[in-house]
Amino acid sequence: MATLIALLHRDMRVARRELKFFFLRVGIQPILFTFIFGYVMPRIQLVQTGYANLLLPGILALSMTLSGMQSVALPLVVEFGWTKEIEDRLLAPISIMGVAVEKIIVGIIQAVIAGLFVLPLAWLMMGSHLTLQLQNVFLLVAVALITSWVFAAFGMVMGTMVEPQQIGLMFNVLLGPMIFFGCAYYPWAALQVLPWFQKFVLINPLVYASEGFRAALTPQLPHMSLWLIFGGLAGFCALFTYLGLRQFERRSLD
Amino acid sequence: MDKVIVVEDLQKVYKPKSRKQTVEVKAVDGISFEIPRGEFFGLLGPNGAGKTTTIGILTTRVLPTGGRALVDGIDVQRDPVAVKRRIGVCPQVNNLDRSLTGRENLVFHAEYFGIPRRVREHRAQELLDRFQLAERADEKPSVYSGGMAQRLKIARALMHDPAILFLDEPTTGLDPQARRAIWDLLSELNAKGQTIFLTTHYMDEADQLCRRIAIMDKGKVLQMGTPAALKSGVPGGYLIELQVQSADGAVTELASALPQLPGVVEVKAQNNIVRVYADKAEGLLANAMRVAGERGVIVTDAHVSEPSLENLFLHLTGRSLRE
Repeated sequence: MATLIALLHRDMRVARRELKFFFLRVGIQPILFTFIFGYVMPRIQLVQTGYANLLLPGILALSMTLSGMQSVALPLVVEFGWTKEIEDRLLAPISIMGVAVEKIIVGIIQAVIAGLFVLPLAWLMMGSHLTLQLQNVFLLVAVALITSWVFAAFGMVMGTMVEPQQIGLMFNVLLGPMIFFGCAYYPWAALQVLPWFQKFVLINPLVYASEGFRAALTPQLPHMSLWLIFGGLAGFCALFTYLGLRQFERRSLD
Repeated sequence: MDKVIVVEDLQKVYKPKSRKQTVEVKAVDGISFEIPRGEFFGLLGPNGAGKTTTIGILTTRVLPTGGRALVDGIDVQRDPVAVKRRIGVCPQVNNLDRSLTGRENLVFHAEYFGIPRRVREHRAQELLDRFQLAERADEKPSVYSGGMAQRLKIARALMHDPAILFLDEPTTGLDPQARRAIWDLLSELNAKGQTIFLTTHYMDEADQLCRRIAIMDKGKVLQMGTPAALKSGVPGGYLIELQVQSADGAVTELASALPQLPGVVEVKAQNNIVRVYADKAEGLLANAMRVAGERGVIVTDAHVSEPSLENLFLHLTGRSLRE
């Protein structure tokens, strides 16, 4: 346990040193999106004023999932495939699983920090157009934590499977569709006009995160039922955690 | 005697991974040895001999497929975490933490091992001073020279006061001066009682540093002993190597004629090279040349060398360590 905390301490020290880059990475996309869709487009009346309400939970979900994933996947790809730095952590007196779990915890922490940064930021920019009904803080915290976990574990799956040369490919082939089909920019309920598509997107874990934040922040608007949200998140959480840990152990031991 | 390492019939077999690769690879093929506390032990062999795999098993990074290995009395497979507490490892690859400074590399490493803050900071400074890294301790290791990075890796491995220090090819790729510095450092550590396990493909390194050497090739330990004992194991000790050119059959004839010369212990012919192991070299080279001339064999190059581990390896395997 002491070793796990020491590893966390190391990762936090490194993250703190790169804090400004972290905020740039996490902040730029949501700011641009919020500005165009939440500020500019409503004013030129290309989207309805209420769109901001649909957008904010999606933006939040997107920021958290992407930072959770990146903060686990990118270092792992580099440390396993290129610098072999992972050796240093694996020689610490802790089990291989311990090292893997620590990486997931780091991803969760970074995703939560990203959320804490983006939520007020987006709120500020879209301010007048928002009608958030945050009645259930517990629900928000629960969705945030489980979402962070799902995507930190997803990051581990990718980080242990992808070779350094394929990082670019990973972003294009995997993250692109995930973002566009993730119900971040439109609510899942509205997809009933395209039933096949509504069913198809259910294989995307981001859908449950976006809908989860909608249920927590704008419960007055149509959203996925809570059991489906948590069922989906829990299912993906179990799957990615299992695959991620297994793959991590496989890469770590010869 | 108190043994830090006990290895019994250790094996690592890699099963064929794809259909194309059908043969299994025996990286480590049933090796056994013991290392008493305080010894400087060397595993000498060419690249691909299985040295790194052996160190990998002993440092819990590779799972053996047979036999067993104990580090400080603990089975590496049964309790890898306890083994990790007792070993310091300086791997072949540069696995320094590139996100941290040199000093932080040491301090955080000690923190992983649960060493209290005061102690670890003090020890880091001590090692930085001793390894002449203090001036650049607060820079990142990516700007260090090869020798400095290597010294930092050794310092890091020593932070938690390990029962045994493992070094995998510690001077490969270093210039002679940096190499010398690492040698001095290691000798000094061993003189103070540190048990050291080193792998190398430099015979002079093994010869100079190690109290005992195991010569490894193709997954097997061929011979083991003190450098002096190993060198005296080469028949005669001296080696005359003749590079020859001749018609078919003449070389074989030469090889069978040479043992009749005084002092010659053994002759081995391989392609265009004839190796003559002898008790003394005096006058022998001239005699050998004469015999070759009589048989119509042209000697294009001749080389006389003193008893060495290189010669022993050549004698055992028919190949040079550097090949």
